[in-house]
Amino acid sequence: MQTHQYDVVIVGAGGAGMRAALESSTRARTAVISKLYPTRSHTGAAQGGMCAALANVEEDNWEWHTFDTVKGGDYLVDQDAAEVMAKEAIDAVLDLERMGLPFNRTPEGKIDQRRFGGHTRNHGEAAVRRSCYAADRTGHMILQTLYQNCVKNDVEFFNEFYVLDIILDKDLAHEDVPEGEPVSVAGVVAYDLATGEIHVFRAKSVILATGGAGKIFKTTSNAHTLTGDGMALALRRGLPLEDMEFFQFHPTGLAGLGILLSEAARGEGGILRNGDGERFMERYAPTIKDLAPRDIVARSMANEVREGRGAGPNKDYVLLDLTHLEPAHIDAKLPDITEFARTYLGIEPYTEPVPVYPTAHYAMGGVPTNITTEVLRNNTDVVRGLYAAGEVACVSVHGSNRLGTNSLLDINVFGKRAGVAAAEYAASAAFVDMPDDAAAGTIAELEAMRSRPDGERVADLRRELQESMDRGAQVFRTEASLTETLAVVKDLQKRYGRVSVQDKGRLFNTDLLEAVELGFLLDLAEVVVVGALERKESRGGHFREDYPDRDDANFMVHTMAYRRGDAAAADAAGIPPHEIRLEPKPVVVTRYQPMERKY
Amino acid sequence: MTATIEQTGPATSVGEVPTFEVTLRVRRFLPEGPRGDESYWDDHVLTMHGTDRVLDALHKIKWEQDGSLTFRRSCAHGICGSDAMRINGRNRLACKTLLKDLDIRKPITVEPIKGLPVIKDLVVDMEPFFASYREIMPFLVTSGNQPSAERIQSPEQRAVYDDTTKCILCAACTSSCPVFWTDGQYFGPAAIVNAHRFIFDSRDEAATQRLEILNDKEGVWRCRTTFNCTEACPRGIEITKAIAEVKRAMITRAF
Repeated sequence: MQTHQYDVVIVGAGGAGMRAALESSTRARTAVISKLYPTRSHTGAAQGGMCAALANVEEDNWEWHTFDTVKGGDYLVDQDAAEVMAKEAIDAVLDLERMGLPFNRTPEGKIDQRRFGGHTRNHGEAAVRRSCYAADRTGHMILQTLYQNCVKNDVEFFNEFYVLDIILDKDLAHEDVPEGEPVSVAGVVAYDLATGEIHVFRAKSVILATGGAGKIFKTTSNAHTLTGDGMALALRRGLPLEDMEFFQFHPTGLAGLGILLSEAARGEGGILRNGDGERFMERYAPTIKDLAPRDIVARSMANEVREGRGAGPNKDYVLLDLTHLEPAHIDAKLPDITEFARTYLGIEPYTEPVPVYPTAHYAMGGVPTNITTEVLRNNTDVVRGLYAAGEVACVSVHGSNRLGTNSLLDINVFGKRAGVAAAEYAASAAFVDMPDDAAAGTIAELEAMRSRPDGERVADLRRELQESMDRGAQVFRTEASLTETLAVVKDLQKRYGRVSVQDKGRLFNTDLLEAVELGFLLDLAEVVVVGALERKESRGGHFREDYPDRDDANFMVHTMAYRRGDAAAADAAGIPPHEIRLEPKPVVVTRYQPMERKY
Repeated sequence: MTATIEQTGPATSVGEVPTFEVTLRVRRFLPEGPRGDESYWDDHVLTMHGTDRVLDALHKIKWEQDGSLTFRRSCAHGICGSDAMRINGRNRLACKTLLKDLDIRKPITVEPIKGLPVIKDLVVDMEPFFASYREIMPFLVTSGNQPSAERIQSPEQRAVYDDTTKCILCAACTSSCPVFWTDGQYFGPAAIVNAHRFIFDSRDEAATQRLEILNDKEGVWRCRTTFNCTEACPRGIEITKAIAEVKRAMITRAF
């Protein structure tokens, strides 16, 4: 076992983690711990753009952007946070340009902007050109640019290190710590994939930037590595997770594969058609049609299929039609996604429409934070020294449905805020004592899975989980579908206690880590489903067929999910019984009262 | 099988390529295993589907037959650059190579990329690759005060270096280069591509320094123009052309 000491430890090296690192590394001794090489992070898969009211191509302002974000999130957005994001968006884009990001340009040489779903002029009048972009690889360029600047600033990375525990100075998972009582972070425990060695990092500040958890679903645009690690670690340590029932299903995944085709395809003029060739979005969102927010488009698509108007031999997808666009325009603006269609489906988008269907894309919920990115341990108290930014966090700027491009914005705005705040805190705070046996639990868990001679196979359990989540907790949900999925998840959690891995080695044991990741997925799936069962209304990405309307009287609140376990009462497999407790947290409303959401 | 491709609905109907059998012949190296430092071939016969990629076949082995098979992967659609491998003797991304596009009548060989130390099975030590990348100053260098708004760059100026911004640092190019195989000191195509990306960026002011770095005896002049790199690039970057542009800039200092 090795030990390290840093002022700031950042967990995750995607957009949020590296944006934070650029700030904190100039102010405090900083280490970035990443389970991947930084340039492998899933920020790189984002395509369409990053919105900011630069008004480079038409009139725009941050207040309109704030409104769109609030309305897009079906009013569950904390409006103070949305305002911060929309205001700071402009500098966030300019910061990236100054760092070297090769944005597409207007004829005058300024940053070009294009339309994107849910982003409108003057509170919904018409689509506005707000998204700053670099072809259809904006996320790739952001990830590369941030990594380039980390190289420039000599940021210290621990690559292919998996953080497997967060150490706090109080045991929130098993003890009641009264409101107002201070709780501080002491550091993290990490596993070095190459050697199998455990490393303990003592730190004054820890920033969680581990990204999303799309792998709880089967059909997803997310990377294999997006297993919700940071969220699950927080949950296990007794911290709440906020609004986990809200998951975004991106409308245009390649049918059957889930690979993302950017909303930019529709921003550039692409049209969705059903099996009859009808532009069906005209019926669901008469004003902005195909550029309605993602929850609405995804639901409309699923509804077309359900009502028998799907395309293809099984009528189980719809079509993204780009054939009316000039091939030169497609090549200039959408080169990557058209290549995906050619590579993976053998479809030529110049001449044939592309089969698409919704794909699990983004967790609106996550580790709750305030607008300074400090992690909350209840509705009001922060954990001292612990921060979170990006998809792992819930500020909440996305409410119940994130607008396209606002995730790249979120990681830049709140990543930067986290880096500054964590470094400033570290400048005045002292290190918290790290218990000598801080890594004991992690080591015991790893060894149990590694040494168990025979048992359940990780891949079997994971497939059953993902299939059950797609069946019961996807675009359409009901009491019955969720109840059934919850039973499956609970059963899989039991079976997880008997998981064994075939690779018994120490070096580069990805078999073992897939087992660890499955544990995270099972924890998070339970919270998603329990939250979805309890939210007996439909709002944004959460649609209950048995409660199809939004119910502001009862549910205009965030969900805070806590998990409490009883370690003393562990069952034969060593799994302590636990329960998920849900509590409400008020939504911050400043300028905009909830209205009916029409587009 | 990956979670995202198992659907039997649209995936199979779109491609309309039936199920088939294929043999995957994987180069194994398990230093902790019974065969120690010896590397060897391992054959697996698999039943696969029309839209399946080599990565799906590797996952099928790992998840259903042999959990010790080790490889890197993440995004599974050709953008993260984790899974560059030597497939049937050519460098490619496993997640972008459809099985049906290979000759499935013969065993498909999968080996680690060449020229970098193998750690385990298909996993190589990427550190020497990233070290070369870091040496060529892969970041924008400017002087003077930051402008209050964006720097102006015309669409034409941006187009000059567009191709080399696509690089995902997968090392398929560098590890396909015969010069790199025989001379571990050579910067390799990926580092030159990333130097090109900044040398030809109208906003950048450090082109001269980068060209001096690449004028080194292990720099661009070692390139023998075999075009392996261009053929290997999963992003379609015209690497040999970019290297030629860097060479020309070195002679003319016109950039």
